Amino acid sequence: MMAVEASREAAPTPGSAGDTARSAEARAAATAPAVKMQTEALRAWFGAHEVLKAVSLSIPERRVTAVIGPSGCGKSTFIRCLNRMHEVVPGARSAGAVLLDGVDIFERGVDPVLVRRRVGMVFQRANPFPAMSIADNVLAGLRLNGVRPRHPEEVVERALAQAALWDEVKDILSRSGASLSGGQQQRLCIARTLALEPEVVLMDEPCSALDPIATARIEELIHELKDRYTIVIVTHNMQQAARVSDFTAFFYIGELVEHGETDALFTRPQKARTEDYITGRFG
Amino acid sequence: MQRPNALDLRRALTPSASFWAWTGTEANLGDRLFHGAAALCAFGVVAALAGMGVEMIRASLSSIERFGLGFVTEVTWDPVRELFGAAPFIFGTIVSSLLALAIAVPVAVGVAIFLAELAPAWLRTPASFVVELLAAIPSVVYGLWGVFVLAPWLRDTVQPALAAALGFLPFFGGPARGFGMLAGGLILAIMILPTIASVSRDVMVAVPTSYREAALALGATRFETVQVAVLPHAKAGIVGAVILGLGRALGETMAVTMVIGNRAEISASLFAPAATLASVIANEYAEATSDLYLAALSELGLMLFAVTLILNIGARLLVGKVGRAAPGVRGG
Amino acid sequence: MDAYRRRKVIDVGARAACVAATLLAVVPLVSVLAYVVVRGAAGLSWSFFTALPQPVGEAGGGVANAILGSLQLVGIACVLGVPVGVLAGIYLAEYGRGRFATAVRYAADVMSGIPSIAVGIFVYTLLVLSMRHFSALAGGVALAVLMLPTVTRTTEELLKLVPDSLREAGLALGVPRWRVVLKVVLRTGAPGIATGIMLAVARAAGETAPLLFTAFNNRFWSASLVEPIASLPVQIFTYAVSPYEEWHRQAWAAALVLVVLVLLMNAGARVLTRARGRSR
Repeated sequence: MMAVEASREAAPTPGSAGDTARSAEARAAATAPAVKMQTEALRAWFGAHEVLKAVSLSIPERRVTAVIGPSGCGKSTFIRCLNRMHEVVPGARSAGAVLLDGVDIFERGVDPVLVRRRVGMVFQRANPFPAMSIADNVLAGLRLNGVRPRHPEEVVERALAQAALWDEVKDILSRSGASLSGGQQQRLCIARTLALEPEVVLMDEPCSALDPIATARIEELIHELKDRYTIVIVTHNMQQAARVSDFTAFFYIGELVEHGETDALFTRPQKARTEDYITGRFG
Repeated sequence: MQRPNALDLRRALTPSASFWAWTGTEANLGDRLFHGAAALCAFGVVAALAGMGVEMIRASLSSIERFGLGFVTEVTWDPVRELFGAAPFIFGTIVSSLLALAIAVPVAVGVAIFLAELAPAWLRTPASFVVELLAAIPSVVYGLWGVFVLAPWLRDTVQPALAAALGFLPFFGGPARGFGMLAGGLILAIMILPTIASVSRDVMVAVPTSYREAALALGATRFETVQVAVLPHAKAGIVGAVILGLGRALGETMAVTMVIGNRAEISASLFAPAATLASVIANEYAEATSDLYLAALSELGLMLFAVTLILNIGARLLVGKVGRAAPGVRGG
Repeated sequence: MDAYRRRKVIDVGARAACVAATLLAVVPLVSVLAYVVVRGAAGLSWSFFTALPQPVGEAGGGVANAILGSLQLVGIACVLGVPVGVLAGIYLAEYGRGRFATAVRYAADVMSGIPSIAVGIFVYTLLVLSMRHFSALAGGVALAVLMLPTVTRTTEELLKLVPDSLREAGLALGVPRWRVVLKVVLRTGAPGIATGIMLAVARAAGETAPLLFTAFNNRFWSASLVEPIASLPVQIFTYAVSPYEEWHRQAWAAALVLVVLVLLMNAGARVLTRARGRSR
């Protein structure tokens, strides 16, 4: 509960950034910061190596939360805990709680499969299924879950449109997903995730393997998606975090150093380490 | 915050969209069933091997009790009098296999050196293809060819020549019949050659190029390079390949059965008919009339099984060692 | 200079010996294939593919029942051996850690070197003795046991080539692991696994020794699992060692059919592999 209050304290500082659209959004964030997910003293290990040390953080609904920090700080592990993908790696384990709508996803009897349907994920490297066509890739999540949508072509079009890929691929839907460019593949992976209509979308450095133009498209897309989805994005690129996110969390060697509204964190960091990082003194 | 119990949680976590609500707990049950089924099949592989050993011991039990260790040294094999000794078949198996190795190993190593070191790039793929083709032809087809082509050729051409030149040796005595130990050894040589050649080629290819370059830079000829840089490092692997070939030769059945003459006798002459463990089983197993007869044949099979098992384990240890060592060498 | 010349001569001589060895190795292959094609083609006729074997002394007749029998035996072997082998391979690739998996891997490797005639004895004591007669089922089981190690190890090797990112992608879509394995991982590795299965089937189709006292032989058609059944390899063996000229002709013709079948499967498997290599 501490973390929620912390974010509430951090949020209401309107007006200071001038009368821009950005601050209007920040004000909206301040007025309706419903908590979608929340971690409580979340710890994670690879074998004996502890990579997350008691992280408590709340993630507001229908907002973009960016997780930044130098490499090896545990930011990827953190979001992989949010949909229980961390435990897939051999030797990996975790402790603490992750609440989704107030329910701990690590509680005994909770099926990680069901968690992942509600909390989707996009990976650092685009990973479309090479043995499937573009359309089948989009439908893969539904089909693999045993769902046969009544109008598959509508699902494909909607998801691809949401991922801003429809216009580019509408005539080549039966081609292999692997035939697309890197940026298109990544948007295909986003469409594949969106087709399942998740509530939360986790993005693990989705642009790190892309060129600047493809990166810009994905960032634009994130902006459009946040009306409908709660988004958590890991990035090593601070400009990107500043551009796309409403809230930012700064991690350093497995600890959550500082968390708050993006504008505030980048302009008036509270901790010396945060300031060092965002001003480029290390990492 | 008040925590609901696990059951409520599961319901609470079921996604809002109704079309997959039915999956409830099935996902985990499916995972458990699938994991179990896969593990069961994996166990089936181990069980098949163990079952083979157990069944063969069981089938040969009455023969083991009746003849004991004397089974191995007894030279009489007379089903009519229920006298069973394995010595002629052990002799036939060992001699035909060693003969095959003596013929095949030099040729196979030559082929391997050619394919790995000498052949121009355009020739390597088709040549490897031909070697694999040799391995793909069914044993019974080699046998057919042996009966109608190899044996007559041996009888009419090779054996008279050998008898004229080396007839004073006991190995080349007796009438030239074609069918016999020589034909068996030769057809085995032809059949194990691809195995030895392709495994040897693989271990030679795995020798790091830097070794060859070092030798060449010192002014070594191509053959000296092979001698100094390649063969010493591929030696263990080639020995493994030879053992694999020996394992195949010992167990090879059809082609040998068709050309070796099938007589349970020990003779010094390579021209004389003989029999192997595998050939006598192939010829007599389906017609074995008494329980003891069947048990004696099964015991021959058990010996074959045990020997090939040991050889395979040994060969794999040797080849495996080379495979494991190679990346380390490359890294350093 | 003399030493140099000697070295040069040895080098040329050794290289020539290697070339000679390769040519020598090719001679039997050419001879076998040439005889099978020439003599086999001479024995082929329409009735060879459609008629049953004739009794000794009567001309004509064919091996239709043996061709069909071989297909039946290989079919039974596939139905039994492929699912078990593929699942065992999946176990090794997806779940296989620790001692049990090592034991399975080792067993599969060692098993592939066991003489096929020993497998025949195993199946004889297991099935033929308990059923009290030779049967197509026993023959199929023997071939399935022979295929098992190849299918298992091929499946494992190919599934290990499937990148983990695809498994992650599937899991992150909220798909249960078993479905990810079957529908994503297995599907991605399927072409290569098909190649491996085809090679295993080609080998099984040519096996004779384990069929001699499991499937035995049959002069007539058989559709029954529990009756003896004819097969091409056993028919070739029976005809080849018989004293009748007509049967020898048929043995060559049957050998041609068998070799064409086996080599087609091998070539098909190779083409499959190469096509896949090019598309990537």
